Amino acid sequence: MAIWLTENSKIIVQGMTGGEGTKHTRRMLASGAKVVGGVNARKAGTVHEGLPVFGTVKEAMEQTGADVSVVFVPPAFTKDAVKEAIDAEMPLCVVITEGVPVHDSTEFWAYAVAKGNKTRIIGPNCPGIASPGASNAGIIPADITTAGRIGLVSKSGTLTYQLMYELRDFGFSTAVGIGGDPVIGTTHIDALQAFQEDPGTDAIVMIGEIGGDAEERAAAYIEQHVTKPVVAYVAGFTAPEGKTMGHAGAIVSGSAGTAQAKKEALEKVGVRVGKTPSETARLMREIMQSR
Amino acid sequence: MDLFEHQAKELFADYGIPVPRGIVAHNVEEVRAAAEQLTGRVVVKAQVKTGGRGKAGGVKVADGAADAVEKATAILGMDIKGHTVHKVLVEEASAIAEEYYFSFLLDRANRTFLAICSAAGGMDIEEVAHSTPEKVAKVPVSALTGIDRAKAREIAVAGGLPEKALDGAAELIEKLWCCFVDEDATLVEVNPMILSADGQVKALDGKVTLDDNASFRQQDHEALADKAAEDPLEAKAKEKDLNYVKLDGDVGIIGNGAGLVMSTLDVVAYAGEQFPGKPSPANFLDIGGGASAEVMAAGLEIILSDPDVKSIFVNVFGGITACDAVANGIVSAFKLLESRGEAVTHPLVVRLDGNNAQLGRQILADAALPRVELVDTMDDAAKRAAELAAVGA
Repeated sequence: MAIWLTENSKIIVQGMTGGEGTKHTRRMLASGAKVVGGVNARKAGTVHEGLPVFGTVKEAMEQTGADVSVVFVPPAFTKDAVKEAIDAEMPLCVVITEGVPVHDSTEFWAYAVAKGNKTRIIGPNCPGIASPGASNAGIIPADITTAGRIGLVSKSGTLTYQLMYELRDFGFSTAVGIGGDPVIGTTHIDALQAFQEDPGTDAIVMIGEIGGDAEERAAAYIEQHVTKPVVAYVAGFTAPEGKTMGHAGAIVSGSAGTAQAKKEALEKVGVRVGKTPSETARLMREIMQSR
Repeated sequence: MDLFEHQAKELFADYGIPVPRGIVAHNVEEVRAAAEQLTGRVVVKAQVKTGGRGKAGGVKVADGAADAVEKATAILGMDIKGHTVHKVLVEEASAIAEEYYFSFLLDRANRTFLAICSAAGGMDIEEVAHSTPEKVAKVPVSALTGIDRAKAREIAVAGGLPEKALDGAAELIEKLWCCFVDEDATLVEVNPMILSADGQVKALDGKVTLDDNASFRQQDHEALADKAAEDPLEAKAKEKDLNYVKLDGDVGIIGNGAGLVMSTLDVVAYAGEQFPGKPSPANFLDIGGGASAEVMAAGLEIILSDPDVKSIFVNVFGGITACDAVANGIVSAFKLLESRGEAVTHPLVVRLDGNNAQLGRQILADAALPRVELVDTMDDAAKRAAELAAVGA
């Protein structure tokens, strides 16, 4: 079992014909994911990497039955690509693109909400989502881990890989890289809820970073709703204070956004927080071994 | 990117927002000339990218040019929360009847924009928000529908602004929203937004943060960057498209992926606590997921040119780019540097983990690069790098 992405998921790639799109389409196919086509309005009707290229997301869905799209288009075009997926009511849209202006991500999020939240957006600026042994939508290396019963949600790409690799003997149900941008479609809380409800997940690893108060809110959610064991890691204890200025941010969140504040909030609700990625893996190992 | 107050106000003026007349001055001669041109009472304001200038003594009212020079002499060169004052804004003094607070910003938690408005503006807005939150209106603003004059007026009313200020405030707020959107800002703050004695609503201060991700469609923003304040190594790294931040320690760090590098800084700092002198990271350097030889060489070059560095820790997780490719990258980087006469003179600790880790380690062992040590785990490698920095290597 897994969350959001299963062996039956049919994936299309928005921006498949570009450099990154091509490279990762090949990798997804090699990992066994069912990639069924791509979208590029200027290359509609052609074949790329052995897959049909469609003019629109809607057409690709109608022709292939795709229920996942992965977005690799450049930042300047990402907003329109995501809005197109929302208009087509694509169930899952994974936005890999890095460097999307925050006004654009805030706009496509508002658009998704206005259209009734029919599309789950993951990212932007994220490595995607992988359900080892079942499917892989994005750039998470498929071969660093195995299928298993740990769920993982993370703001960071390489830290995700590190934990997936360290715990490869136990394996993962699903790993979700939600991205580190200020505005993201899927949050820690969304993933925690899905993992709590997933019968294929026994325990959860959560990886956070400095900035914002997503981890503090996740802690509050865990206290109320999550009964499965959660182990966390927060990066950025020694990062120098950001160059943020003005009072406005602090007024909104009421939190300093420091790693220490996040660690304390998580520990207060019974989450064990590792001091290093390896210690975090050890904590999860203990939990899985005691089951 | 954060702007100086004078840059923020110049931007506001472009959008038709009333701001006091002001002139930037870098030395007392320029202050004198500015004060003479403005005539009468002026305010001399330190230009630093941090709050709390008033409390730190960085904002002074002056009567005439001679007094302005005296005030500026005290302010120029002053240190405010670690920021040295290199320039001041000399501004005509405003007759203030009332002070309000206003900002537009990104509300990360709710994934929307937010307008914050309060009739209780001025220096202690944080305290007001904390002790009397009912005096601070927070109004969500949709990225889809934005702000028109009527909505702007509603926000001003919600903030408790008096009737006499509503028309002026609504106009200012509407224009400020245009500035926020058109400039791809993540914060525009006016504190105080004043009602002057003659009934005008003006921006007496301005803080603006611009979104660096939008630089591809905001070409004129580059001119706003404070080149003088850039660390020379950071500037050099930027030219090479490297994601580098100079820190004050002595262990050079190279890694792939922002989260992993941030984590590496933490692990090195923890490890350093047990050694004399407490070695700590000298920098943040993310070479990205690919970790090619050219990028590795460019990264090593930057770190080697940092005189504070005593040891180097290369921490790579081989995912998309497997460890054998990374190891070959390191070997090529050494050759590239050697051919440029920039041999690696510091001890270098390498930790490779992930895909083909064994193969990668073997490649490095076979290459027998001078002063390179391989350590299997991130924690042990961090400890070794800190130890090498502590002994001065």
